[in-house]
Amino acid sequence: MNVPVRRLFTVALLMVLTLMVSTTIIQFFHADTLDADPRNKRATYDEYGRFRGPIVIAGDSVAVSNPVDDEYGYQRSYTDGELYAPITGYFSVVNGTSGMERAENDYLNGTADDLWLDRLTSLFTGAQPQGSSVELTIDPAAQKAAWDGLGDQRGAVVAIEPATGKVLALVSKPSYDPNDLATHDYDAANQAYQALVDPDNDQQPLINRALGGDQYPPGSTFKLVTSSAALESGDYDPDTVIPAPVTYTLPGTSTEMENYGGEICSPSGEMTLAAALQMSCNTAFAGLGVALGDDAMRDQSEAYWFDHDLSIPLPVTPSRYPPDDDADGSSPAKTALASIGQGDVRVTPLQMAMVSAAIANDGSLMSPYLVDTVRAPDLDVVEQTSPDELDRAISSTTADEMTDMMLSVVDDGTGTSAQIPGVEVAGKTGTAETGVQGDAPHAWFTSFAPADDPQVAVAVIVENGGSLGSEATGGRVAAPIAKAVMQAVIDR
Amino acid sequence: MDTVEPTVARPRRGGELWLLLVALGLGIGAFANVGLRTLDQLPENFYLYSGVLVVLGFGTHIVLRFRAPYADQVMLPIAIGLNGIGLAAIYRYDVSQRLRGSDSTLALGQVQMSALAVVMACVLIFVLRDHRVLRKFTYTAMIVGLLLVLLPLVPGLGTTINGAQIWINVAGFSFQPAEVAKIVLAIFFAGYLVTNRDTLALAGRKVLGLQLPRLRDLGPILLVWAASLGVLVFENDLGTSVLFFGLFVAMLYVATERISWVILGGGLLVAAGIFVATSIPHVQQRIEAWIHPFDQAIYDKSPGGSGQLVQGLFALANGGTFGTGWGNDYSRLVPFSYSDFIYTALGEQLGLTGLLGILIAYLILIERGMRTAIKVRDGFGKLLATGLAFTMALQLFVVVGGITRVIPLTGLTLPFIAQGGSSVLANWLVVALLLRISDAARRPRPSPSAARSRPEASPSTSNPWRPSTRPASPTSPAPRRSGSARPPQGRVRSVPAASRGRTTPRRSRRSSGRAARTTRTPR
Repeated sequence: MNVPVRRLFTVALLMVLTLMVSTTIIQFFHADTLDADPRNKRATYDEYGRFRGPIVIAGDSVAVSNPVDDEYGYQRSYTDGELYAPITGYFSVVNGTSGMERAENDYLNGTADDLWLDRLTSLFTGAQPQGSSVELTIDPAAQKAAWDGLGDQRGAVVAIEPATGKVLALVSKPSYDPNDLATHDYDAANQAYQALVDPDNDQQPLINRALGGDQYPPGSTFKLVTSSAALESGDYDPDTVIPAPVTYTLPGTSTEMENYGGEICSPSGEMTLAAALQMSCNTAFAGLGVALGDDAMRDQSEAYWFDHDLSIPLPVTPSRYPPDDDADGSSPAKTALASIGQGDVRVTPLQMAMVSAAIANDGSLMSPYLVDTVRAPDLDVVEQTSPDELDRAISSTTADEMTDMMLSVVDDGTGTSAQIPGVEVAGKTGTAETGVQGDAPHAWFTSFAPADDPQVAVAVIVENGGSLGSEATGGRVAAPIAKAVMQAVIDR
Repeated sequence: MDTVEPTVARPRRGGELWLLLVALGLGIGAFANVGLRTLDQLPENFYLYSGVLVVLGFGTHIVLRFRAPYADQVMLPIAIGLNGIGLAAIYRYDVSQRLRGSDSTLALGQVQMSALAVVMACVLIFVLRDHRVLRKFTYTAMIVGLLLVLLPLVPGLGTTINGAQIWINVAGFSFQPAEVAKIVLAIFFAGYLVTNRDTLALAGRKVLGLQLPRLRDLGPILLVWAASLGVLVFENDLGTSVLFFGLFVAMLYVATERISWVILGGGLLVAAGIFVATSIPHVQQRIEAWIHPFDQAIYDKSPGGSGQLVQGLFALANGGTFGTGWGNDYSRLVPFSYSDFIYTALGEQLGLTGLLGILIAYLILIERGMRTAIKVRDGFGKLLATGLAFTMALQLFVVVGGITRVIPLTGLTLPFIAQGGSSVLANWLVVALLLRISDAARRPRPSPSAARSRPEASPSTSNPWRPSTRPASPTSPAPRRSGSARPPQGRVRSVPAASRGRTTPRRSRRSSGRAARTTRTPR
């Protein structure tokens, strides 16, 4: 009977070998396909179930992962969620991720390439790999001032440190509480999300108004760009006298352009460039833009980073100077409208803050950034952002001349309500027609201070004039908010 | 005596001791790891559980030293090691449940059942001094085996759990009689076949070159076939039915050395297979899930879909080559990752490397069982050892093959590893029997001098049943009694009638007589 026993063992051996082969096929050859199957929740659980590093603002964690007893293991929770939501975004099992949670995901969850050493260590020690903490550049006082300043009005505020590009405040209103989206209760999270994106809800809180969204016409704040183009051309200085008629007929049309409220800029029909900016004279700037030409205007816009991609590392929608398409792009009428920030010019509040910041920083436009330091769980610095010049937007001379002109706007022009006692404030107002019949114009203000040693550049927009509606101007509605933010930074 | 003392195998159990240390280290290390990774501390009752494992391992070792000193040295460490690893995986499941707020104490139950199982294995080794005693119970075993198989169908006793009616419930304890039935049936098959092997092998007509058995010899075989089909149809237990039938066909082949039996058995299996695959919806679903597991409609179907199978594959894939490490798995996503699908939980945590190691451990255990079968000198022992070792192989193949899509999925447990009292108990009894038989197989044959000095000693001096042993007839004792220098070969070492009374127990003599009758069948 020994022969059949041996044969039977051969059968058993073949059976076990078959199992070895089938197991190898699954675990080695098919593993990637199986891992990628959408029904395999392991990737999700891996992402949501691991300890995630905190998002830190001025030493306080505003987004943290807490261990919980559910299938995910960790619950993301946010302190001052609404205040920081446009920055942190949300980390939701049901609704995905956004904001910094998405942009810095690799660091927060510990899978970034730079963290390979930590992962290797945890492979040997058996500890679960941990995410890094991401420390932001935000100044809580400035953020709070911007938040309080906007109050219940829709709009956005961005503040930048001109010398470095650090983003000190980034507020978008209305906001939302990311905790509502991050809950592991599927139905609650889903409901919260649906309410936020409901098309009937004209608030649209998930839109980051500071960096993206539908963007805004910049109105008169764009006259900073037009002025820069004029000064950079070499043909103008602040005292150059330019035409400032009561009405300006757009070239090639019969459309008459008026000044704000139909007022007369100058009885003589002409004024200096500085005076035109101080009064925000539309007819003067429309003519100036046409005189400079569409190319010069576009070049100057691009030098301020219009029409360029930007990531801070939150994605920023590029601001647009109207394209030069042969059909009708560069018609002088369009250039005239663009020169006063109307027509097809569209900007983000961040873009306008960058314009002020470049002027404040002697013409050097620093790359704006939100992430200051990334620290591994053992507090070692993994990454530290160093300031980086994005572009030289204007010459140092132009910057000085622009600063002086902007100072006069606040001293004795349209932006007096941004004055801070004892501090020289340079600014520019804007009241931008929305192009929608019956809608009150947007109120703009962009500024920096102190003028001799700029610590902060700000841009504020209050949608549709905020609480003042059609009575609103940039000077009345937006400038006080900018003032509060600048004051918060200067007083720190 | 003026003869040279033959080189006699000595009882050596030192190797077992070392292997036991390794096995205990693996099991206890795994257990500790699970606690440290998931709870940042040693598991509660760590020292108690580990202590129990250590005591069980070394206790069995000591029992073997006294009662089966020549027994195989590798089986016990492998069984202890697999049991320990299984315990860690079950504890891991408990932790994952507890972290989610539901109470789970499967590991505690498994420790208790393992202790009970090992103690019963020791008792079996202690009480059963000679495995051939079991042959007396051949037909008792048949009746008990069939009863055990049919018990779950008794109203009020049987319980249906997860679709399969394979449980009985007695006094609050649920039990899977099929697990024990496989041992009892292996005893029956061995006893029946050793008696009837010649009839089955030689009588009957030849058709197309195949020796066909006579119809009247087919009776018990058809009974077994019907019983295993009954298990399938009435208890919805595909795995057990395959296990029983495969076991019987394999043992039939070993006993008769006739490939015709394998073909006949295979034919019956195929016939049964076609019948159930076309007529039993439960089986149809399994086959569908086997062929198209990723089809969304089949995946979503519940019950009877491929959800569990696919989730198991995901777990294996996540383990990859080296695994996630103990406690870093998501095997809670796989239903029954502590019992029927524990293979995927191990695969996720230990990776391909770990699973290949576990498969090799099983292969060694099976090989040791088969080697025992080859070495042991009595036909009953050969058949029983073969059957027991082959059940292990079959069970492994049915479980793992089902999970890795070699065959349709059926519900059987991974020996020693999977949670479940009946399974642990049955497999430890299998190991106890194999150890007992291996002791007989490796025990040195006493030279006549040894036989005289230790009259109670050897079971190996008994009962040749092969026709070829007949030359060692009762009339030829003389040369042996005079004492040859070399121990003679097994087949010629038939016990002389005259010495029988002195060297072997009564019962051996009786079975010897029966064997002699069998061998008289005309050739």
